Amino acid sequence: MPGLSERHSFPGRLIIVEGIDGSGKTTQASLLRNWLASLGVPVFWTEWNSSTLVKATTKRAKKDSALTPTTFSLLHATDFADRLSFKIIPPLKAGMIVIADRYAYTAFARDTARGVHPEWVRSLYSFAIKPDVAFYFKVPIQVSLKRLLGARMKLKFYEAGMDMGLSKDPAESFELFQSKVLDEYDRMSEEYGFHVIDAVQPIQVQQRQVRAVVQRELGESLASYLVHTANGVRSETVPT
Amino acid sequence: MAARRYIGTGLPYRDLTDIDGHLIVVEGSDGVGRTTQLALLRTWLEVQGFGVIETGWTRSQLVHDTIDLAKAGNSMNLLTFNLLYATDFADRLENEIMPALRSGFIVLADRYIYTAFARAIVRGASREWIRKLYGFAIEADLVLYLRVDVDTLIHRVLLADSLDYWEAGMDHNPGFDPYDSFKVYQSRLLREYDNMAEELGFTVIDARRSVEEIQQDLHASISAALGITAEQPVEVPGA
Repeated sequence: MPGLSERHSFPGRLIIVEGIDGSGKTTQASLLRNWLASLGVPVFWTEWNSSTLVKATTKRAKKDSALTPTTFSLLHATDFADRLSFKIIPPLKAGMIVIADRYAYTAFARDTARGVHPEWVRSLYSFAIKPDVAFYFKVPIQVSLKRLLGARMKLKFYEAGMDMGLSKDPAESFELFQSKVLDEYDRMSEEYGFHVIDAVQPIQVQQRQVRAVVQRELGESLASYLVHTANGVRSETVPT
Repeated sequence: MAARRYIGTGLPYRDLTDIDGHLIVVEGSDGVGRTTQLALLRTWLEVQGFGVIETGWTRSQLVHDTIDLAKAGNSMNLLTFNLLYATDFADRLENEIMPALRSGFIVLADRYIYTAFARAIVRGASREWIRKLYGFAIEADLVLYLRVDVDTLIHRVLLADSLDYWEAGMDHNPGFDPYDSFKVYQSRLLREYDNMAEELGFTVIDARRSVEEIQQDLHASISAALGITAEQPVEVPGA
């Protein structure tokens, strides 16, 4: 198992986005996907907790609030393992670009915040492969909370960390739980070399930075596609 | 009894100090007679006055449907196979085993993490990974390993029923004859159990003998571990 520290040897490239709920990472990943597709790049998309193998179980268990921090962690790892085998590695072998909305780091951040052993959850995911580009959309809790409440008015039970008994008020619980998650992401930024994007910036500004990073990091893989485009993003400053 | 411990990294959010009961594990191959022995053990322990709760492998509310479904369609790969079993075990550990131990019961476990280790390693998983994965498990008071050789085993299994796809390990021996596959697979499992028995200090019980003889051995081992003596003076409350 090459694990998260070594580079994979597949011809494709793996781009992942991370951030707390309401950070806007899915919006940014979709815009990136559309841009790559418009260049003619074959792109494959996969998101957290979407495998058919465990989806029904996870959904039912979440509805019944029947999960402990450990079973929560293990079910998500099962989902991830299933997607890695069937959705991530095959397109990488075929030379495609895979965009993953959330990756193993989500588990490291959330599950550690829920109280599982940080060493255990890292070892659990040691079968994962290292992404070629990892984005972390960093946003203060208050901003993400405002975005979530504005969009759908109701915070989900586990998203708000209500299983931890931090507070009976969903918004307060969200704040307490997600600030722990945020701390974990910040700790990991350096450990795993995330490209940190200030997710308070306007959407299009963030997207220009995202594209610039991708162009710089995957330049070789994208070279043949970029030749054909007139609107380059060369002038953009690349955040590190 | 020594203080209860986790196998590895443990569950940092769960304290073990209030656990009073005993965890007794019976391990051994498919068809070795575990179910028969466990039923007798339960009765015997209850006659002694102990509260007994039994737990099996893959019986949790949470994922047993998923495991059955995945097995039926053979759609599990090695990773998801191991992870689903670990999920199932974690659910039973936290929701059945630990609460029962906390209430002072004897938990009789029909198989434990060692079955998961053996099955995973035989299928090619990393030894280190699978052991760390189950690092949240608690150590048993006693692991009773019912041991038979593979030839005795295959006779028993054939007499009881036909060979099962999974027990014959056909998922990782495609194209094999079921009999050959069973033999290869169960021999590898036995080797893993034997290695663990030595490394981790299981109590090895020769399971080629009669049901009664095996049961007597089990009683002796459990009595020693739990400190059960033949005659215990009883003080009548309020007398």
